[in-house]
Amino acid sequence: MKRWLVPTLYIIFLMLPIYWLLAMSFKTTNEILGGFTLWPQQFTLENYKVIFNDPTWYWGYFNSMIYVTINTIISLAVALPAAYAFSRFRFTGDKHLFFWLLTNRMAPPAVFALPFLQLYSSVGLFDTHIAVALAHCLFNIPLAVWILEGFMSGVPKELDETAYVDGHSFGSFFFRIFVPTITSGIGVAAFFCFMFSWVELLLAKTLTAVDAKPIAAIMTKTASSSGYELGLLAAAGCLTIIPGAFVIYFVRNYIAKGFALGRV
Amino acid sequence: MATKTHNERAWWFVLPVVLLVAFNAVVPLMTVVNYSVQESFSQGVWFWSGVEWFEETLNSSRFQAALGRQLLFTGIILAIEIPLGIAIALTMPKTGPWVPVCLVLMALPLLIPWNVVGAMWNIFALPDIGLLGYTVNALGIDYDYTQQPLSAWITVIAMDVWHWTSLVVLLAYAGLASIPDAYYQAAKIDGAGRWAVFRHIELPKMNRVLTIAILLRFMDSFMIYTEPFVLTGGGPGNSTTFLSIDLVKKALGEFDLGPAAAMSLIYFLITLLVSWLFYTLMTRQEEG
Repeated sequence: MKRWLVPTLYIIFLMLPIYWLLAMSFKTTNEILGGFTLWPQQFTLENYKVIFNDPTWYWGYFNSMIYVTINTIISLAVALPAAYAFSRFRFTGDKHLFFWLLTNRMAPPAVFALPFLQLYSSVGLFDTHIAVALAHCLFNIPLAVWILEGFMSGVPKELDETAYVDGHSFGSFFFRIFVPTITSGIGVAAFFCFMFSWVELLLAKTLTAVDAKPIAAIMTKTASSSGYELGLLAAAGCLTIIPGAFVIYFVRNYIAKGFALGRV
Repeated sequence: MATKTHNERAWWFVLPVVLLVAFNAVVPLMTVVNYSVQESFSQGVWFWSGVEWFEETLNSSRFQAALGRQLLFTGIILAIEIPLGIAIALTMPKTGPWVPVCLVLMALPLLIPWNVVGAMWNIFALPDIGLLGYTVNALGIDYDYTQQPLSAWITVIAMDVWHWTSLVVLLAYAGLASIPDAYYQAAKIDGAGRWAVFRHIELPKMNRVLTIAILLRFMDSFMIYTEPFVLTGGGPGNSTTFLSIDLVKKALGEFDLGPAAAMSLIYFLITLLVSWLFYTLMTRQEEG
């Protein structure tokens, strides 16, 4: 059996539904509902034009990108020192704390939707980007700590000690020496934070109304209010893939090499 | 492994994480606990009802059926995605121009919002206008996921395999990339076969990343909501109503906050217990 056969077949399997979505986005809704056509018979860009000309549509993309970016920055900023502590020191309750952090990924978001709404309304953050960014910290911070801790444990402790002998303060060591050493770890952690925040809908939808409404929620609303505009929805769906594709392209080398450094 | 020194001041480093996560976790969790032990007759009026909701939930056949479906679903997708993911990672090229191409293409499904995943499979699998449904029916197989429970199950599982196998591939591939060539050469000199190389070199080296992969896949598949909800809406009938779909029906559809809260705590505890078992088993293996 040829080695390339398995990955090739797998990638074809992955691309089929995406092709179908892309093909639909260039069809008119009538053609989609009218019957089975393998590719667009009446090629149209109308669906994309609607999205690019309507602020409620394109602002959905900006809203999503804003809270995803804020979330990734917060998650990494607080996870870096915490992961350093877990990888270098023993302290009271460290193992329990680590598992407790992980348990927060296990809370079904469906359960917490309502309490989250009450919590964020009571602190006056309802319908803001920061609310969604903070709420997504619930599952992204534990993951970021977990990934970064793995990478940091792979860096020998001698690096820290040599730096102190050379007269570096902790801050100078951490930012000038340690952080650059684990760039790939940060890349991988950032990728996962971006990914889980970008694809989550339930909390994002619950915590927003107008000003910070994510694109995915706008799609659900359109699906129910204006009948069944399949072509338009397909176009909007295709556009949600693009930011993710950019991010994965930028971190591809970290993913391939990244873990290699960390997980010895 | 670096030896760790004892240092209580390390708490200052983890404090921001603890505060942020606690803000998001403790208050909502306590709200849920609060609901679960009370009865409400009208808005804002609550009565203590003790463990009544917990007993009711555990004894209800509806909960047991949803839990059964959930366990079956998670079992099936773990049994498919983990071995398949490892197999694909093993056959992927290790160097060369195709590596980034493979990685980017494979990661695409992971980056699509979950309701879009559900919606695209919903249309992709429709028997009259979807590529998958149309092709399968053209081959002479009677397939309609909106009517037949078995077809619905196969569609939901195919969707999850499509959506998440790449996560296992990425993690396993990263684990494999960390194995130095010297290991393979040593194995060659010892005359080790393909299986021996896998069993004694590749598998142990992938242990840590596989722990992450299995735990993530377990947790996320056990809590799956958006994708099957958009794809099948839990139907036909109740055949694909998993725990969280049932829970949302109860909490938001029927506004039974007490029973819904009790159910979600039981749900949370089951997830916690199983994850703890996986975690302990796999980290112990690592030490031994």
